[in-house]
Amino acid sequence: MGKILKHLKPHVAAIIGIIAFLLLQAVCDLSLPDYMSNIVNVGIQQNGIENAVPDMIRKSEMDKLTFFMNDADKKLVLDNYTLVEKSNISQEDLDKYSKKYPEIKNNDVYKLNDIEKETTDKLIEAFSKPELMAYTLETKGIAAFQEAGNEGDDQFSKSLAQLPKDTDPFALLAKLPPEQLKAMQSAIDKKFEAMPGSIISQGAVVYVKGEYEALGRDTGKMQSNFILLAGLKMLGVALAGMIAAVLVGLLAARVSAGLGRSLRKNVFENVVNFSNTEFDKFSTSSLITRCTNDIQQVQMFMVMFLRLVFYAPILGIGGFLKAMHTDTSMSWVIGVSVLAILSLVLVMFAVAIPKFRSIQKLIDKLNLVTRESLTGMLVIRAFGTQKKEEEKFEKANSDLTNTNLFVSRIMTAMFPLMMLILNGVTLLIVWVGSHQVDMGNMQVGNMMAFMQYAMQIIFAFLMISMVSITLPRASVSINRIAEVINTKGSILDPKSKKEFNKSLKGKVEFRDVAFKYPGAEDEVLSDISFTANPGETVAFIGSTGSGKSTLINLIPRFYDVTAGQILVDGVDIREVPQKELRERIGYVPQKGILFSGTIESNLKYGLESADEEDLKLAADIAQATEFISEKEDGYKTEIAQGGTNVSGGQKQRLSIARALVKKPEIFIFDDSFSALDYKTDASLRKALKAKTQGVTAMIVAQRISTVMNADKILVLDEGKVVGMGTHRELLANCEVYQQIALSQLSKEELA
Amino acid sequence: MSKNENVKQHASRRGGRGPMGGGQMGMKVEKPKDFKGTMKKLLTYIKPFIPRIIIVFIFAIGSVIVGIRGPKILGDAISKLYEGLVGKAAGSSIDFDFIGRTLIYLIVLYAASSLFSFIGGYIMSGVAQKISYNLRREIAEKINRMPLKYFDRMTHGEVLSRVTNDVDTVSQTLNQSLFQMITSFTTLIAVLVMMLTISWMMTLVSVTIVPLSIIFIGIIVKQSQKYFKTQQESLGQVNGHVEEIFSGHNIMKAFNGEKRAVEKFDSINDQLHKSAWKSQFLSGMMFPIMGFIGNIGYVLVTILGGWLTIKGTIKVGDIVSFVQYVRNFQQPIGQAAQVANILQSTAAAAERVFAFLGEEEEPKDAQNPASTENVKGEVEFKNVHFGYNPESIIINDFSASIKPGQRVAIVGPTGAGKTTIVKLLMRFYDLNSGDIFIDGVNSKDFRRNDLRDMFGMVLQDTWLFNGTIMENIRYGRLDATDEEVIKAAKAAHAHHFIKTQPDGYNMVLNEEASNVSQGQKQLLTIARAILSDPKILILDEATSSVDTRTEVLIQKAMENLMKDRTSFIIAHRLSTIRDADLILVMKNGDIVEQGTHGELLSSGGFYASLYNSQFEEAEAS
Repeated sequence: MGKILKHLKPHVAAIIGIIAFLLLQAVCDLSLPDYMSNIVNVGIQQNGIENAVPDMIRKSEMDKLTFFMNDADKKLVLDNYTLVEKSNISQEDLDKYSKKYPEIKNNDVYKLNDIEKETTDKLIEAFSKPELMAYTLETKGIAAFQEAGNEGDDQFSKSLAQLPKDTDPFALLAKLPPEQLKAMQSAIDKKFEAMPGSIISQGAVVYVKGEYEALGRDTGKMQSNFILLAGLKMLGVALAGMIAAVLVGLLAARVSAGLGRSLRKNVFENVVNFSNTEFDKFSTSSLITRCTNDIQQVQMFMVMFLRLVFYAPILGIGGFLKAMHTDTSMSWVIGVSVLAILSLVLVMFAVAIPKFRSIQKLIDKLNLVTRESLTGMLVIRAFGTQKKEEEKFEKANSDLTNTNLFVSRIMTAMFPLMMLILNGVTLLIVWVGSHQVDMGNMQVGNMMAFMQYAMQIIFAFLMISMVSITLPRASVSINRIAEVINTKGSILDPKSKKEFNKSLKGKVEFRDVAFKYPGAEDEVLSDISFTANPGETVAFIGSTGSGKSTLINLIPRFYDVTAGQILVDGVDIREVPQKELRERIGYVPQKGILFSGTIESNLKYGLESADEEDLKLAADIAQATEFISEKEDGYKTEIAQGGTNVSGGQKQRLSIARALVKKPEIFIFDDSFSALDYKTDASLRKALKAKTQGVTAMIVAQRISTVMNADKILVLDEGKVVGMGTHRELLANCEVYQQIALSQLSKEELA
Repeated sequence: MSKNENVKQHASRRGGRGPMGGGQMGMKVEKPKDFKGTMKKLLTYIKPFIPRIIIVFIFAIGSVIVGIRGPKILGDAISKLYEGLVGKAAGSSIDFDFIGRTLIYLIVLYAASSLFSFIGGYIMSGVAQKISYNLRREIAEKINRMPLKYFDRMTHGEVLSRVTNDVDTVSQTLNQSLFQMITSFTTLIAVLVMMLTISWMMTLVSVTIVPLSIIFIGIIVKQSQKYFKTQQESLGQVNGHVEEIFSGHNIMKAFNGEKRAVEKFDSINDQLHKSAWKSQFLSGMMFPIMGFIGNIGYVLVTILGGWLTIKGTIKVGDIVSFVQYVRNFQQPIGQAAQVANILQSTAAAAERVFAFLGEEEEPKDAQNPASTENVKGEVEFKNVHFGYNPESIIINDFSASIKPGQRVAIVGPTGAGKTTIVKLLMRFYDLNSGDIFIDGVNSKDFRRNDLRDMFGMVLQDTWLFNGTIMENIRYGRLDATDEEVIKAAKAAHAHHFIKTQPDGYNMVLNEEASNVSQGQKQLLTIARAILSDPKILILDEATSSVDTRTEVLIQKAMENLMKDRTSFIIAHRLSTIRDADLILVMKNGDIVEQGTHGELLSSGGFYASLYNSQFEEAEAS
């Protein structure tokens, strides 16, 4: 895990950037609802008038309002307004103001000074109630007092009740003695306290609107201007949020692709230095998957992780803070809803995840049955057992269908249930919230906002739970990658290297060599000693599992011996760099393996500097000239990946030619001739013998005919040398050799 | 919904449509050749389920219609709360009775909506799974009815991908996308209706956002697909290189190719990196941009709404509910682009499935099949012409007559097509012209299964299945008793090794049958052939990957098998070839010579040169 995280190091700046932009995105996302409701609440419901503080007010009206204010408020208000009288207004001011307020020429007005936000808040406080009161009085007349007075039982209230309905309330008020006025004010204040703030401000706003209209201002235009401006602001915020999200996407894509690249590079470079031991340990196909699919998985996961896993908590916490800021008394509702969603998700996945796993197994089973019926098609038809195969398939198919159906129904249930929970939470908030509103603890608008925050928090949890499902899958991949990265190739170059003995060019010597696969109990090879002198051909024969392939794979150090030593040109092969050792060896594997490219690039794989002559000679010896020249593009013929466009025999001949081009000191043929037919095999070996004088050859073979002309034949049985000598010697004295020979050639041919 | 679709995708789709999280819209979309025709065919599969699908429709529509009024009713409840509050100033109180009743009504409504949606989905998944079950079964049965020549062109992987991936894609679409499409479509209509009841002008404005979104989606999809394509290509290159180097790592090491391998890897890895982040980035832009366009729509609607309220055309409360509907309206539109892509790749998958199902089958068996009782094993080839495809006939006018009990050796260099004769004898392929007679009866007049019953076959390519050894041998004759199986194993010299295995006859062969050796596998297939007691034998001697001792056993077992039976042997051993009653010499697919060993040698043809070349060297030494 640590090694994987190390690969994120170069991206720390980008990750910090991602978090920063996610924060920005979250801020935008969280404040968007405010802007949206602002458009509806202020823009539409309050006609674009933001608050109770009028920009301009008639002096007559101001007088009425101050009437309801206490002395402090009155002072505050008058301090922040400038009186503009129609009698002494300058022409300049008149022009300026009358554009907005054409009626200014007929009225003395108070104009609002440029003020701080704090002052505005104080002014709102001071204005709201008087404005509402004035509004009520103006619309309802004296009746408003009468209603209010009904509750009191003092003299004043009773006298109010007897007044005629059309009495001018303001005129009446003006006549009131100060103490009575005070008593009435406090009675009204009490009344207002029970009213929700939103109602007061709404009422106040309506009053302000009326005032603007009285001054001739076009309130319609004012409203549309406000909506336009607020809309633009909202779009600005949305744009910022979008840009942040896009930048997050950019950075996340770069980080994850970068991580993928560096992991891939790290794994590949590491695997390239693996020896066969490590390849055996992991298996080739698993290494391929780890270097490709697993890394791709991690890369995909990383994008999601960066975009969601950081974002969800930011959004969740943001939503939570906002919700708490709005109202703390309802936080338990959020707790309940998160709990409900989480338990739904957990239950669903507890049920579904084991089924997901079994689906994978059932698909494998279905694939297996299908693959068997394809690979065994000849046999199935030969035995006429199609019905039996169909029954097998039927079982696999219905098992898969049933499990699929179960999982798919679980998933089908998930979405409606989730919607139900979300809707239920909304309803719960409305129910609990309306009681809170009733008790005066909360405003309706806040309740609506709370609903939105609750949704945001729930979504954050949903996001996290969705990501967490993919986490186990990704962590499996991460571990598989880490396993490869943490494994080091076991065959290393020596710290101090020795030189090859130039006078012993092509000499190979085994001294008491033993070999055991790592973790195996028994030795595959034991007590192997022999010498191949320069120019000699040494052959190895024996049944499968006798260790002959393993033996010659020790020479290029694909594995290291577990005991004894192997000397090439007089030095222990562990004491020279692998590169120099392998430069001396021409290796031909059991199966012809070619790399994608052209025939030429494959032949030159061992020696980049080889010229056309070298290639031709090698192709001649390898009996490849004929088929190469038959190809339209000759040596430039493309070789597809895995060499699929040439036949097995052709591949084998090309891989022999490849080793020949290299002009090595030692040839290693690991059972390289059995894919060839007898004729090609014979002529190839004939040419080889003639053209490569002085080169040591080590040949593993199955056929007696392949080895019978070797200078030395080693007969292996269960990892031990049971016979060594020439064909004739072995025929005379080696029982295992005789057995092999008898099974392949008839007596007279052997004679 | 898309998220939970992703989850499903992980589990049930191998190498499926798109990367997780990245969504599907950016992926390269396969296009079907004939969308309409394929959809029509798909409909015939859906037909039996139409009553159920109608029920699904009803529930889906019901769910939407019940649910769509939720916001409006909730709005009423909130208005009531508001009114109550205002009224409070005048001494009245909040009507909790009403609010409570509304909320209960709403929860019932939402529950009903969810229930309907679940029932619809429940039925739909049943339908989808049943359809994919049927498709898979048909494919499996189809495989057994197809002529072998079809599989010369088609790899096993491709067939497998029909059975799993393609069928799965179809079923996914039927299951989720179809249901989603129904709900989205209904939602769209319902929302549109609700919106129209509020204001046609505002509806018009919301609808104008649609083409804008489509243009943007189009641009992004087009751009990102370009990069997805290059990403797929680079990924293919990286995977190919990794596969090549890892599986050929001995060669790479033996030729000191490490540095070159890493250099090449680095360059394609860089390319992959470039296209990977670009495609990821572009497809990731989709959601933010769509969201922004949605917000533009929102602002336009509110501005218009404000103007309309000033004019007094609509009420403030209407705007609030309208805005909520606008949100519901944008979601299904966002899905539209994906639906189009999903439908395309579904049609492409379905098209492949149907193409497979529509392939030509083996000709029907003869009306009045000949009896195979008392067949002695006489075989005659008369003017046989054959080619794997009609344009290139490889066997030209081959005639030969084999008496019961004779041995025929088929020889020739590798790749000369030695198994062709076998395939013709057993009617795996039909002749282009000419006839093959068994005991004087044209092989076409037998039922295929009867004909094949007469033959026993032991090929180099042993085929055993994942099951016990007992089951594998019994495959030769399904009604054989355990004793008969063991007797056959003894005759095949397989009894001894079977007894040494962990569970003896009950040992389970693993999927690759790699827990027994190649030679042992061959012994098992011989036992299987012995059990089937064929009239005519077909043997492949090639035992290159078998150790000597087992080879001796195999040879003995084959001798047992061949006793008194007409046999065709793909021969590798000189002794077999020399003892054969007839040698067929093959080259480039054709039978170039026939005769006995002596005849062929003295004629000095291809066989003679083949024979001589083999032991030239042996003689020289």
